[in-house]
Order: sequence, then structure tokens, then C-alpha cells
Amino acid sequence: MKIKILGSGCANCVTLAENTKKALAESGTEAEIEKVTDFAEIAKYGVMSTPGLVIDEKVVSYGKVLKPQDIVKIIEKNK
Amino acid sequence: MNIFDFLNNQLLKMEWLSNLVKFLVENVFGLSMADRLGGSLHFFIYDVIKIFILLSFLIFVISYVQSYFPPERTKKILGRFNGLPGNVLAALLGTVTPFCSCSSIPLFIGFTSAGLPLSVTFSFLISSPLVDLASIILLASVFNWKIAIAYVVVGLVLAVLGGTIIGKMEMEKYVEPFVYGNKPVGDVYEPEEMTKKERRDYALSQAFEIVKRVWRYVLIGVGIGALIHNWIPESIIAAVLGQDKWYSVLVATLVGVPMYADIFGTLPIAEALAAKGVGLGTVLAFMMGVTALSLPSLIMLEKVVKTKLLATFFGIVTLGIIIIGYFFNAVTGFFL
Repeated sequence: MKIKILGSGCANCVTLAENTKKALAESGTEAEIEKVTDFAEIAKYGVMSTPGLVIDEKVVSYGKVLKPQDIVKIIEKNK
Repeated sequence: MNIFDFLNNQLLKMEWLSNLVKFLVENVFGLSMADRLGGSLHFFIYDVIKIFILLSFLIFVISYVQSYFPPERTKKILGRFNGLPGNVLAALLGTVTPFCSCSSIPLFIGFTSAGLPLSVTFSFLISSPLVDLASIILLASVFNWKIAIAYVVVGLVLAVLGGTIIGKMEMEKYVEPFVYGNKPVGDVYEPEEMTKKERRDYALSQAFEIVKRVWRYVLIGVGIGALIHNWIPESIIAAVLGQDKWYSVLVATLVGVPMYADIFGTLPIAEALAAKGVGLGTVLAFMMGVTALSLPSLIMLEKVVKTKLLATFFGIVTLGIIIIGYFFNAVTGFFL
């Protein structure tokens, strides 16, 4: 599973990244996390509010700092 | 006193809180409200509590409303309008669309690559940080409804005019090419409609997030406000920002523009300045300067638009604020 966190580095994106790490640990899933900060790249996903969460090239959420429990649910759905 | 005045005084101005804190300062701390320490202590405690209560409550309510207006929806709505109605709608939607300055770039790219004209996008970008539902209520709390409504109208006019002017200057060529060439890869995520519970959760989390983000600014703002209120002599303030000084608006704008703080932090400062006799227009110019233009979002906009367009945007907004400041100083009698 390849996870990308879309965001320019403001506090929200950092929090989302941390929550995602927690969620991965909780759900026992192995995944690579990549932080995408380049706007041109972020724009390609059609995301208009950061932070954004992308799993295996599919945008699963944006504009929200998801809590770990919510991320776990999303990870399960996308396994 | 009619019911509106009563609600206004108790819910917005929180007279009950002011009286409570007054009791605290006089009877528990044994200080007089008339002298500096007592007066500024009262100002500090009362304002901090008032702003935090209003802040949390307002963000909750407003985020709930904003959950109905995600940027995608705004983009779709705006795509259907041309010309001036588009600018007006963009300015209005900028008021209710949730928007943190770190989203300004993805939003700009999203709007522009969807084909929205530059003028519409800029009307949105100007009104968004300048006018938002929470600041309107806070302005009504600190000053009065006439001023709050006037601020909104004026902010919207600035957004519409600013966007229109930028559009007329045909600066599309100053946008970085990659913005126009942006075609989303694969399926674009369409968020599902939120349930009422999801909206409540979202609103609650927004309230927490934002309070967490701005509490320092609020404390600093109230601290400065308390200083102005009780410690800085009126003569100094009058010399720099006095109503009769022709340069007061310029000073207020120039000081406000490079600063970046949340509007909630500027309100206590505005409150204290107004109490010291600074003109309404000067105070509003300061607030607008701080909120409309922020260094972080300018730095980020630099990545998607070339310097000339950025400078034009900056110049138009600053000029607009200055004009608005002078205007309000001239017609203050109508408002206060």
C-alpha cells in the first residue's frame, strides 16, 4: 500500500501524517508514506484544500485532519 | 430596552461577564477600576474570556454552515456565471467557504484549471480572509451591528472591484503555465454528502483546531489591547493615529499589512484603539490590513503567479484598504 500525504507543510499536514502512522500501526498494515509538498503535484490529484490523503493513487480524503480511527476505517476499505 | 438590545448586550457584549470580572477585580483583588492596574486587569480577563467563548461557539456554528459549501461546490456554482455576477458571487462565497491560507494555492489551481476567470478567483481570494461570518459577529460584539454590516459590505465591494480590475488588466499570462495545464489524473474524488452527525463532528473538530491554532494570537492581542487601553497615554496614540491626522489611515494600514495574525487577535487591539479615540476608518484599515494580506499566503501565491500579478494583487488590496479607511473616517458620525 502506498500512501501519500498532500500538503505544503503546515501544521495540519504534519498532524495528518502522524495520525496516518498511528492508524497504520493500529490496523497492522504495512505501507509506505510519502509527503507531497509540491503544488503542481498536489494539483494533479484535483485536491483543493489541504491536507489530502491518497491511497494507491486514489484520493480518499481532503480538507480534513482525520483522526487515527477514521484513517483506520479508510485503510481497511482500501486494502 | 427591547429584547434585541438585551440579547445584544448580554450575548454579544457579555455585560454579565464584564460585571462579573469587575466584581472580581474590585472585591477579590482589591483594585480600583479607575486606576491602571485594575482597569487593564479587567480588560484582559474580560476580553480573553469573551473572545474564547465567542470564538468556540461561533467557529462551531459557522463550520457547520460551511460544511455545506466545500470548495468543489463553490467551483461548480461559480462555473455557471460570467462577468460581474460571477465576481459578486465569488466574493459572497469566499465568506462562507472554509479556507485556511495553506489551501489558497490548491484552491487557486483548482478554480483556474476548471476555467474560472482570474477575476472571479481573485474576488474569492480577497474576500475569503477579509470577511468571514465569525469576524462579523465579533465586530458586532466589540462595536455595533451597523459597523459590522458596513465592514462586510465594504469588504465585499473591495473583493468584487479588486477581482474585476485584475480581470480587466488581462494578467492571465502572469499565471504559471502549469496551473492552466493541470488536468487531474484519474478520477477526481467527489466527497459524499455529510450526514448531520458528520457535520457536527466536523464543526466540533474545527472549533478545537482553530482555538488551538489561534489562542496565542488572542492572548497577545488582548495583552496589547490592555496596554493600549490603560498604559499607553492617549496623547501618543493620538499623535500617531489620531482622527485628525491625515496620515493615520496610512500608518494603520502599513503597520497592519506586514503583520499576520488571526482576526480574533486584532479585535481587542481594535477595541482598545477605538476607546482611545482612534478613528473608525483607521481601526478598520488596521484590521483589514492584518487579515486581508498575509505573508504566508503571499509567499505561497508566488509559486503559482508571477511577481507582477502578485504585486498587482497586493497593490490593489492595499490601496482599497486605504481608501476604505479614509471613507469610514469621513462618515464615522453615521455609524457611532
